[in-house]
Amino acid sequence: MSDSASPSGNATRDAKRVGGWTGAARRYAVRTLPPEKLLPDTQPAYMASWIYVFGVLTVSSLIVAVATGCVLALEGPGWWHASSVGKYVNSLHLWSVELFMFFMVIHLWGKFFMAAWRGRRAMTWMTGAVCFLASVGTAFTGYLVQQNFDSQWISGQAKDGLNAVGIGAWFNVLDFGQMLMWHIVLLPLVLGLLTAWHVLLVRRRGIVPPIDALAPEPDEQSAATAVQP
Amino acid sequence: MAVEMAYSELAAPVDLNHPGHYVHWGVVQISVANLVVIGLMVLVFVAAVLLPFPKGRGRR
Ligand code: HEM
Repeated sequence: MSDSASPSGNATRDAKRVGGWTGAARRYAVRTLPPEKLLPDTQPAYMASWIYVFGVLTVSSLIVAVATGCVLALEGPGWWHASSVGKYVNSLHLWSVELFMFFMVIHLWGKFFMAAWRGRRAMTWMTGAVCFLASVGTAFTGYLVQQNFDSQWISGQAKDGLNAVGIGAWFNVLDFGQMLMWHIVLLPLVLGLLTAWHVLLVRRRGIVPPIDALAPEPDEQSAATAVQP
Repeated sequence: MAVEMAYSELAAPVDLNHPGHYVHWGVVQISVANLVVIGLMVLVFVAAVLLPFPKGRGRR
């Protein structure tokens, strides 16, 4: 097309809804998450509180847990059970998860007492709640694949509960291979995707104002971010 | 002897080689370790709400 070289030409193309599915996807992405919202350079003054830090602390410890988990996967159980560096990385994996759960619970309490689902943030709350459930499952399957008496005892106890609710035949906690796959493939994938969605939703809506405060006036923001999607 | 010293310095601050301690409160039963973690979370939550946040740049 001849008019696509000039910026006004691009605008015409966008307005004309041309470009097939790639064009439609681009228009959708830019409309819902314009760059100013995706990577903002300012935040409202009410964000200056420690309680807003716990979401990022949760992300950070999740990153350490996933990274150390990848190292464990590269080296294998002979390494993480026997060598001192292996035991150290194994411990980093465990303790980053302890911190992850710790920070996530404080984050959850903070958002609960702020009623942070206000202002079209229900999906942020719900993706967070499902993140919590997925984390419990990931931690649980992690304990099941320790290959020690602890994991044997935990799976022995858990199998009765899971049989009682009728899913034991399909989700078999005594099946080491299946639990390892849930722990290192399925649940981390779900948790990673949910976390990305959760954080993008926060960027899209902006952080929630305290209960009695007003969000910054739309005209104080740039024209692009003022439009509520 | 020196080796033993080195190991004991690296040992866990809490001796874990025994069954855990539990508290019972009616139908509620919880290990002391879990109770301590919950207590720490409450403390950190209260601190996060009360402690002033350092002033930063780039805020409206
Ligand atoms: C994998 C676990 C989680 C991660 C990595 C995570 C991360 C984040 C981050 C980085 C933010 C930005 C604002 C802030 O930090 O305060 C946020 C906001 C939020 N989170 Fe989470 N979160 C997680 C779990 C949860 C859970 C369990 C809940 C509650 C059920 C929740 C509810 C919310 C809500 C409602 C907001 C929006 C608050 C606002 O708009 O200011 N999150 N989360």
